Amino acid sequence: MPDRLDLPFGTRIRRDEPVKAQFDGRDLPAFAGDTVASALIASGQWVISRSFKYHRPRGPLSMAGHDANTLIQTTRAPNRLAEELAITDFAHTTAQNVTGSLMADRSAVLDWLGRFLPVGFYYRAFYRPFGIWQWWERVIRWAAGLGVANLSVTPRYTDKQYLFCDLAVIGAGPSGLSAALEAANAGISVLLIDEQPELGGALTYHRFAIAMQTQQAVSTTLIAAVASHPRIRVLASASCNGWFTDHYLPVVQGDRLFKVRAKTVVLATGACEQHVVFRNNDLPGIILCSALERLLCHSGVAPDGGLVVLAGNDQAWLTALTASEAGMRVLAVVDLRESPDDVALQAEMTRRGIDTYLSATVYHADRDAQSQSLERVHLYRLTGQGEVAEHIDTLDCRVLAMSAGFMPAYQLACQAGGQLRYDDDCAAFALSGLPAGLFLAGSVNSIHTLSAVLADGRNAARSALASLGVATSEHEDAHCAAKVNHPWPIFPHPKGRDFVDFDEDLQVKDIVNATRLGYRDVQLVKRYSTVGMGPSQGRHSALPTARLVARATERTVSETGVTTARPPVKPEALGLIAGRRFHPHRRTAMADFHEQAGAQWTPAGLWARPAFYGHLDSRDRCIADEVRAVREAVGVIDVSTLGGIELRGPDAAEFMNRFYTYGFLKQPVGRTRYAVLVSEQGVVIDDGVAARIADDHFYVTATTGGVDRVYREMLRWNAQWRMNIDVANVTSAFSAINVAGPDSRRVLEALGSSVDLTAEALPYLACREGEVGTVPVRLMRVGFVGELAYELHVPSLFASALWESIMQAGEPWGLRPFGVEAQRLLRLEKGHIIVGQDTDGMTHPGEVGLDWAINRNKPDFVGRRSVDILAKAPLARQLVGFSLDLSAPKPLEGHLVIRAGEIVGNVTSCEVSPSLNQIIGLAYAHPDNANPGDHISIRTEGGVMVQARVEALPFYDRDNERQLL
Amino acid sequence: MKILICPLNGPRNIAEFTYGGQVKVMPDPKGSTDREWAQYVFYEDSHIGVVQEWWMHTASSYWFIAERHNQTDEVLRTYDPAELFDKAVDRSVAHASKESEPKVHADAQHKDGNA
Repeated sequence: MPDRLDLPFGTRIRRDEPVKAQFDGRDLPAFAGDTVASALIASGQWVISRSFKYHRPRGPLSMAGHDANTLIQTTRAPNRLAEELAITDFAHTTAQNVTGSLMADRSAVLDWLGRFLPVGFYYRAFYRPFGIWQWWERVIRWAAGLGVANLSVTPRYTDKQYLFCDLAVIGAGPSGLSAALEAANAGISVLLIDEQPELGGALTYHRFAIAMQTQQAVSTTLIAAVASHPRIRVLASASCNGWFTDHYLPVVQGDRLFKVRAKTVVLATGACEQHVVFRNNDLPGIILCSALERLLCHSGVAPDGGLVVLAGNDQAWLTALTASEAGMRVLAVVDLRESPDDVALQAEMTRRGIDTYLSATVYHADRDAQSQSLERVHLYRLTGQGEVAEHIDTLDCRVLAMSAGFMPAYQLACQAGGQLRYDDDCAAFALSGLPAGLFLAGSVNSIHTLSAVLADGRNAARSALASLGVATSEHEDAHCAAKVNHPWPIFPHPKGRDFVDFDEDLQVKDIVNATRLGYRDVQLVKRYSTVGMGPSQGRHSALPTARLVARATERTVSETGVTTARPPVKPEALGLIAGRRFHPHRRTAMADFHEQAGAQWTPAGLWARPAFYGHLDSRDRCIADEVRAVREAVGVIDVSTLGGIELRGPDAAEFMNRFYTYGFLKQPVGRTRYAVLVSEQGVVIDDGVAARIADDHFYVTATTGGVDRVYREMLRWNAQWRMNIDVANVTSAFSAINVAGPDSRRVLEALGSSVDLTAEALPYLACREGEVGTVPVRLMRVGFVGELAYELHVPSLFASALWESIMQAGEPWGLRPFGVEAQRLLRLEKGHIIVGQDTDGMTHPGEVGLDWAINRNKPDFVGRRSVDILAKAPLARQLVGFSLDLSAPKPLEGHLVIRAGEIVGNVTSCEVSPSLNQIIGLAYAHPDNANPGDHISIRTEGGVMVQARVEALPFYDRDNERQLL
Repeated sequence: MKILICPLNGPRNIAEFTYGGQVKVMPDPKGSTDREWAQYVFYEDSHIGVVQEWWMHTASSYWFIAERHNQTDEVLRTYDPAELFDKAVDRSVAHASKESEPKVHADAQHKDGNA
């Protein structure tokens, strides 16, 4: 194994910090600054993985994540690209997707069986003879997938951060650097984002010309100027994963997702180098020219065994120069063209004694059985587009570096609405049609020579400045005449294995055959063949696919196009989207008390409420005890989550009248009324209690889950009605405590109240403002649970003090707290509906016996006409009370009510009632079965049918005497 | 994510807003036919063009109206509802048909009646 190269090569490795790493159980010597891929190549191993379908041995193609040949398994996660893993953080990795070992993968038999696995074969296989799928499914599940997920990993801390800038520059290569500098010098704030750990992009590995002095000078000064500029913030090792409207950019850096809002954006994302298609072009050791440059310049790795360069452009010749200067044994440059554009390059090769072959290509490559890597290449004369003639020469080499051209990294631009058009003259796609405020610079903009790239970056900055209204100089000439794309670097071989898409193991014939089956649109070719659906998402396959499909369907490449680019640009862990994973919830003022009293919590929207107090194992008994306490003595429940709305103003009563279904104009001060809200469609959407505190002041409650909607709708209607009122949502400003039971009055009198609590002074449904103990309250007599009950609405600041004093005052009467479960059972015994539980998205007042709450004398209310229309039609269903013996199977909410084989309704509430010693519930039934004494059929768990008796409501205390005490 | 310009709060991220449905002209609740009323309640105008919509800035509970082109998703302007609803609703008990008639912007309402 040769040593690493000295500087100026190997800029990223730290030669004084060796690392003892391991890959696949074998020692891997490396240096800090290496990636797993560079360390492996330095150790002489090219084989890193096995391909997806055929399990062919694979090595790096791009060294930049533009292919998936380097997917390996790490301790925490599978499917990581070896060239993106720093060896210091990933010292122990293994191969994946192998049966046996990496070098002896038994699944490679699939390569031999290739002719039975044509493109899309799975659409027509695995189903005959009948029943065979059972067996195939097991085989496929075992064979499919790449790496193995580590299910015992604890998620890392991930979070998000907002960032704002005047200009976001995506890509810190030469065009991005020059754009950032130009913009920052003009005074605006710039955010510069790059995937790599250092600035410079192509300046750090690519050779722009034979002479390196200009490039080196530019690189040094530009990078230094940007790194030290006060108005440029750099995010390195960061990936911009999408473009969203108004320049909203998700940028992933490590475990943080930045949400960047930029006023303008410059995309300097660069271009993806393209490969040549020939038989066995996937052998380990066959790489793109830029990949070799990265190995030499970043990691100081000069792979031995002889290098052949396959050139479709001048860039490849420059790579050969660099390799030669680094001391590699360069055997030949093979050019698909008749000559390089720059004749000086030919002279350079002659000077160095490097053979050149013109109008020639590698037609097929051979694999060495022992190393499973490239052994030799066969050169053939080119005669026409994709056509070869005679064999010219055979070259033994371990490395083949190729460049057939470049494809702009178009993903972000296309997400933003940009379009790709193919220019037949330069055989390249170019972007156009970008939205306002988004500009391109550099090779993504089809500019390639260094001076033009730098000028293009400055021009992009000028465009951004102009769109921000900042004065700027004129655009300069950034014209680039370089032709970097070969028009047809595709040489199909009769024996195949001439790969177009390495991720998906797709050969030329696979793409062409898809079109022959009728899938002529590139979108269909993609979906049928899976081209471009692998981890590299078309970065190396979109261009050859477009060319092949265009030719096969006799259309232009422009017409054929590429498939839709969608975010994320690079894979995004779900943890990044989840962020810090906090679960906001709301607690009432008495939450600490409930916790100490042994509450079992249940969510009600975002609120946490006590379901009952006691141990989970004795749930039913605890609830029964709470219910008995309320029926026989006194209980107290925290109903703070209930919505509360304060409505004030001269038009308050008129507004109430127009908004709710009931009448409120004549509601006396000091009284409450039931307030039902229907939607414009006539559907019951909320209910509550409206207390008239003064002529021009109502305090209205609403359901916990519905109050936000009620408040919004009040504001929206008044935006149209323009009445003289003020509406405030005071749900959290007020807490509420409900004291219920025959002894409730005695408890409050013991506490002391400024309000006269006698039955005459404070009748059922009355409301007063005053004090209980020393706490200011709004006090209402309500009937939800069917006992004598008082609801105290108190400013939240005083709530827990009031609760404590009620608990103390109630001791002589055995007062105990009760929870949501007991309350639901108590109200069910009274047949009271809960909106959202006993009503659904279609329930109109007539179905649930709320006709009495509709005031038809007043001119209009929200939804009135719809309610009238619905009332004219015969009822399709009706909510009824039903009962069953305790021995019967207990229906659950949602169980269906069946009549003559048809579904006529469903159960909405059902509980065991200890007070009544029966199962009771509410259900929608056919109107013909809605009379007390009728029977309804309910389909319970497991399809067991029960016959329930329809009961008159309420089940308990028929004459409602107990709440009128 | 889009930026929407709230007439009260200025440009804010669209996540801060709640959509409230199309601005519709209510037919006479008393005088219209059942069919006309059902069309008002259930149908929304679906021609390609500029639509008037209710939007609320959730944090400040402020309702306003936006005019948006429903194909390009460009919001042309946003404004306070007082521009359309410029007088208070008639409080007289006697009746109904003269609710305040909102001013309708020419392009925005286009009741074809095609189902």
